[in-house]
Amino acid sequence: MAEGTTSRASLTLESTIASVNVVEEAALEYARAAGFSPDIASHLSMVAGEAAANAVIHGNKQDSAKRITATFEIAGPALKITIADQGAGLDPDTIPDPLAPENLLRSSGRGVFLMRAFMDEVNFRKLNPGTEITLVKRRT
Amino acid sequence: MSMKYTTRQVDGVTILDLSGRITLGDGSVTLRDAVKDVLTKGSKSILLNLENVDYIDSSGLGELVSAFTTVKNQGGELKLLHLTTKVHDLLQITKLYTVFDIKDDEASAIGSFAA
Repeated sequence: MAEGTTSRASLTLESTIASVNVVEEAALEYARAAGFSPDIASHLSMVAGEAAANAVIHGNKQDSAKRITATFEIAGPALKITIADQGAGLDPDTIPDPLAPENLLRSSGRGVFLMRAFMDEVNFRKLNPGTEITLVKRRT
Repeated sequence: MSMKYTTRQVDGVTILDLSGRITLGDGSVTLRDAVKDVLTKGSKSILLNLENVDYIDSSGLGELVSAFTTVKNQGGELKLLHLTTKVHDLLQITKLYTVFDIKDDEASAIGSFAA
């Protein structure tokens, strides 16, 4: 894709684990199209999946009446992925630090940490109802 | 491709050769069931060979931690063998590298288990 070109797509998906896989695959496709290396594209796919899993499991609690939306946007050197749910809302400041010694052996709670580790920007926005997570990665 | 595995016994150690993806859903459940099955059969020395695991997410990491604590709580040992670069990096940034006993050589890994 030429520098400066903008491409955008949005998916509305059921609150199921299968939707997480759809988001991962779409993120991988967009990361490749945006020109990221295979390793970084794989990381982008994983963190998009983490955000989608949070939306499906913690946000919508797999409620069949609720949907998640996933938006992918390539703008110049950046890929922006936005995942939104219709749940009760998430306060990212309340998420325990997975690197703290007392949390190392927890079997969950690493998703947001991985998003922050691999992305250039991770932003949370409260919706009414729900939570929107925006993930941004720029090619260097 | 979800996770698949085969099981070998070498000198009292059960080696699970894993392949594919350890992720939310099938991959994590398959790993959980595999470790549970090994414990049920009486083996408490378990080596997870991750050489052909090309993708893991936070759910998969959580499942590895659960397997580690489950085996440890039953008086056994669970170790990891042949991490790919991707999995190695994930364990590094999540500090799980400090939790697991990670080996690069199968023979020495087998020899490292308590008799």
